[in-house]
Amino acid sequence: MSIDKDKIKHISKLARISVDEKKINDLTKDLASIFKFIEQLNELNTDKVEPLSSILNEPLRSRKDEINDGKIRTKILENSPQKNDEFFVVPKVVE
Amino acid sequence: MSDISKKSLSELVKLIKKKEIKSEELTQSFIKNINNDNKLNSFITICSEEALKKSKSFDKSPKLDLLLPGIPIAVKDLFCTQGIKTTAGSKMLENFVPNYESTVTKNLWNEGAFLLGKLNCDEYAMGSSNETSYFGNVMNPIAENTVPGGSSGGSASALAADQTPTTIGTDTGGSIRQPASFTGTVGLKPTYGLCSRWGIVAFASSLDQAGPMTKTVEDSALMLEAMASFDKKDSTSINKKKENYFKNLNHNIRGLKIGIPKEYRVDGMPKEIDALWENGKKILKDSGVEIVDISLPNTKYALPTYYIVAPAEASSNLARYDGVKYGFRSAKGNNLIEMYENTRSEGFGDEVKRRILIGTYVLSSGYYEAYYLKAQKVRQLIKEDFDQSFKKVDAILTPSTPSSAFKIGEKKGDPISMYLNDIFTVPVNLAGIPAISIPAGIDKNNYPLGLQLIGRPLDEQKLLNIAYSMQKKINFKQSINRWWEN
Repeated sequence: MSIDKDKIKHISKLARISVDEKKINDLTKDLASIFKFIEQLNELNTDKVEPLSSILNEPLRSRKDEINDGKIRTKILENSPQKNDEFFVVPKVVE
Repeated sequence: MSDISKKSLSELVKLIKKKEIKSEELTQSFIKNINNDNKLNSFITICSEEALKKSKSFDKSPKLDLLLPGIPIAVKDLFCTQGIKTTAGSKMLENFVPNYESTVTKNLWNEGAFLLGKLNCDEYAMGSSNETSYFGNVMNPIAENTVPGGSSGGSASALAADQTPTTIGTDTGGSIRQPASFTGTVGLKPTYGLCSRWGIVAFASSLDQAGPMTKTVEDSALMLEAMASFDKKDSTSINKKKENYFKNLNHNIRGLKIGIPKEYRVDGMPKEIDALWENGKKILKDSGVEIVDISLPNTKYALPTYYIVAPAEASSNLARYDGVKYGFRSAKGNNLIEMYENTRSEGFGDEVKRRILIGTYVLSSGYYEAYYLKAQKVRQLIKEDFDQSFKKVDAILTPSTPSSAFKIGEKKGDPISMYLNDIFTVPVNLAGIPAISIPAGIDKNNYPLGLQLIGRPLDEQKLLNIAYSMQKKINFKQSINRWWEN
């Protein structure tokens, strides 16, 4: 699979990271070499191998769906870069 | 008393318990070392006043039956600490002050320790040299302009420089063991699930594991005992009885079988490391251990697998940094999407962005099977390699790293050569098993070299016993001349 500038632009859209035009050539070069390295895996035949889903020997625990906290709005808002009394504030979304 | 900051953690605990030193005196001596340094850059936040206050209140009513009575500890800045800035080495979290405490740090404080400061690390723990930190490079106390390894580079540097008696790091692909090896200290990555991940800034959730970084093997046993706990708040936490690793530590390793995997003898590895490995084998043989040649045939595929799995999980974990709930927000952007894109572009450094992009790509529609699913299959094979070997042997001995510490900037422009640093440490994370790196010798520059012992899941006690026994015979002495002071 080849990595080119268009692909990088597409992935950065998906990842919500704007990419500096000046840096895009270096980034393409770096990612291409990393993918070449990663693609060594294609040497291996894994047709009959089950993908690993957990490295724990026991299944994940489930828990009761219970409320065990709450009323922590102020705490949650404490670290927000922009807020008013009760809400996170974001740029206008609906016209 | 001679410089108490040079003593090991377990010696200090003993002195405090015998009331020969006070917590305040001890805390003062570490603060002095921290203040005398303006070159290593191991700390992001120093909590001198708070720590002194805690030490005084400890001395007023000392609780001496705890594991870490009155011990000041600086921790990697990836552990959330209530009311104390937690940056993960990133601009994104430069001003983030958690209002909760990570389970692992809380466990330490419950055993009588208190926070001395927050230690520098690679941004979001992504790096092998501490050069990706937004807060600058960290230097290795062994020599000026040398990297301490990473990602727990600040932790390793502060420990080796006697700025903290012990510390904790996190290890996703070698981030505890490689810096321990580079600085002549001991680093233990426990079995996945032994220490809670709750409150640790997430990198790759199926690989991340917290562990101790210490001056001696005894200290690692003591720290692991304090850190490990079952935690309902981490769904992958293992529910098991607490073990007394420190009390049960012994030199009795006669009759054990230890494997030497042929695949770890890689091309271009310095002769010194080969000799170190041979010496390790000899020491074990002399202790009555049987050395067994084994094969871990899929070793060469561990790094490529890691560079799919870890970025995939990182891209998903780091999606939370959107400039809304906490962390940095860009002032640029005309709408919500642009605000997200600029926030993430300005808030993350190059290596983090690179990994998010790799992760996004391998999980994206049309590529998921070719990359992510393929990697999870190979991960299964790597795990089976270890499962098979542990039918024959009790533990595995390898070098910790393929080289000693390198110069700052030496590998910065070449991601692959940087990634190759973790060639011996990454397979362990993929298999979720424990491993410890101990200082085992020096190279021609006098830089420390480490040996790694890998064990069965939850077999930390045996691993510690083997390491303890080897430590005694190796008798490694740190030769650091404190060039960074004055």
